[in-house]
Amino acid sequence: MPTKDSARLDIRKTYKLYVGGAFPRSESGRSYVVNDAKGKFLANASLASRKDARDAVVAARKAFGGWSARTAYNRGQVLYRIAEVMEGRHDQFSAEVAAAEGLSVAKARPLVDAAIDRWVWYAGWADKLAQVVGSSNPVAGPYFDFSVPEATGVVALLAPQDSSLLGLTSVLAPAIVSGNTAVVVTSFERPIPAITLGEVMATSDVPGGVVNILTGSASEIGPWLASHLDVNAIDLCGVEDPDEARDLEAAAAENLKRVRRPAAEDWLESPGLSRLTQYLELKTVWHPIGV
Amino acid sequence: MDSLADVTSSEDRLRRFLLGLPGVDQVGAEARAATLSTRSIKTTAKAYALDLAIQMIDLTTLEGQDTPGKVRALCAKARRPDPADPTAPQVAAVCVYPDLVATAKYELRGSGINVASVATAFPSGRSSLAIKVQDTKDAVAAGADEVDMVIDRGAFLSGRYGLVFDEIAAIRDAAGDAHLKVILETGELVTYDNVRRASWLAMLAGADFIKTSTGKVSPAATLPVTLVMLEAVRDYHEATGLHIGVKSAGGIRTAKDAIKYLVTVNETAGPDWLDPELFRFGASSLLNDLLMQRTKLATGHYPGPDYFTLD
Repeated sequence: MPTKDSARLDIRKTYKLYVGGAFPRSESGRSYVVNDAKGKFLANASLASRKDARDAVVAARKAFGGWSARTAYNRGQVLYRIAEVMEGRHDQFSAEVAAAEGLSVAKARPLVDAAIDRWVWYAGWADKLAQVVGSSNPVAGPYFDFSVPEATGVVALLAPQDSSLLGLTSVLAPAIVSGNTAVVVTSFERPIPAITLGEVMATSDVPGGVVNILTGSASEIGPWLASHLDVNAIDLCGVEDPDEARDLEAAAAENLKRVRRPAAEDWLESPGLSRLTQYLELKTVWHPIGV
Repeated sequence: MDSLADVTSSEDRLRRFLLGLPGVDQVGAEARAATLSTRSIKTTAKAYALDLAIQMIDLTTLEGQDTPGKVRALCAKARRPDPADPTAPQVAAVCVYPDLVATAKYELRGSGINVASVATAFPSGRSSLAIKVQDTKDAVAAGADEVDMVIDRGAFLSGRYGLVFDEIAAIRDAAGDAHLKVILETGELVTYDNVRRASWLAMLAGADFIKTSTGKVSPAATLPVTLVMLEAVRDYHEATGLHIGVKSAGGIRTAKDAIKYLVTVNETAGPDWLDPELFRFGASSLLNDLLMQRTKLATGHYPGPDYFTLD
């Protein structure tokens, strides 16, 4: 029987990766210590290796067919469901973002609000994208000619290093809403909100493999994703060194990946459509009429 | 123990011999297989293992929906597995149903790749001996270099070892010069003791190869089952000096798995068996994974399935 003043034992967590709808340890068996902004121990996180990235790409490719074939309306519902489940964990996210980014919980709450609202905002775009980006093209011939946007495939996202939840959401949501599947490398120093987002994904109707979350170093895993021939696009947002970003861009050119270069961003601003349209292919169909 | 020539002289002696084989330590076999599968094979050893595994593949299609076109595509893949890399070796054989043997034989002419055919009412083996013999003769007449027969598991499990023995011997005769692989269907034999008995039974009856599975029953090939069969061929070699091959079929899909099997082959039967003449993989999707790993070693980055032919 513990006495009244005996301290409860800390539960020192070692988080795992999120790949293919499951939570595996890193294939390498490595982990690293995650501290809060003031240097106090928060948790251990798995340190993903290139082989974890390879497995994640396989999982993402496997999930792509089913996810991109869903109706846009259904994908919108699933994204909205993510927002719902996040709302239920609002306090947890606020505490984690506060610890990771060195803010008070009161300052962190609006960031979590904004992240949740961003999922809702992108959820709304799911079934409106084709109307805005697609077109019916006037052509000089007896054809009904139209262009429709389609998902490009597997998107690798090197998530922002600073904004642990809002930044992550702002790069992830636009990639998956149109039917792509994603392999995310989280912020190295601030991975905890991303890990919790993985737990949200696992419990919110998102099919396994659509979102795969690797905690670890973008410098270590980035080159393997950039040169991977089964990755169709890469967001270099989390790469801070311009030389490194240039090398990744060069590696990505091998199979003509769509590349988004790093740039200073204010995550609280309205995101616009640029990320949403970055990972699309336009399919144009010439359909004979009057025959 | 009777000498091996005597044990096949009557069903009674055969039964006494098979039931007198030492039992397999199940926990030991599984632990040994698990230990062997932790070996780390890297760089040049890995490159060697990948190429060897490709050379050991019986590229297989055994579906009701197989068409001559599918078999032609498979044969083209067998001849040149990686169109982008002419250094990729050829596979050992193409394995098809008897009615498609002629198509495969024609497509593979001049390549040195064998045509293997399943026979004897594959996969269940539930047919009369006359039909099984005729099935085998048809396959061989159409040009099959290798015949994969199934044993009568019902007879084996009810203890009619003589019947199983006679059937294998009859198919052995019907197959003529063709290489005879005897499928034990270990997924239906239930115990490792039965796998060991069936392995010995098949070898005594004249098998050139013993093969784990049809691929139609789960579990198909597993590492411990393959280990037990490799021990049997090793012991048979010690007793008679003859080399019998082993084929693992079904469920081996990744290069990583294939390398685990090669390690087990080397450590159990010995380096003699690291040869397409004595060890085979029955597989189809395994080939693309081996090719992707091979490309990864050569180029330093991960390739994607889009860059390889369909299987």
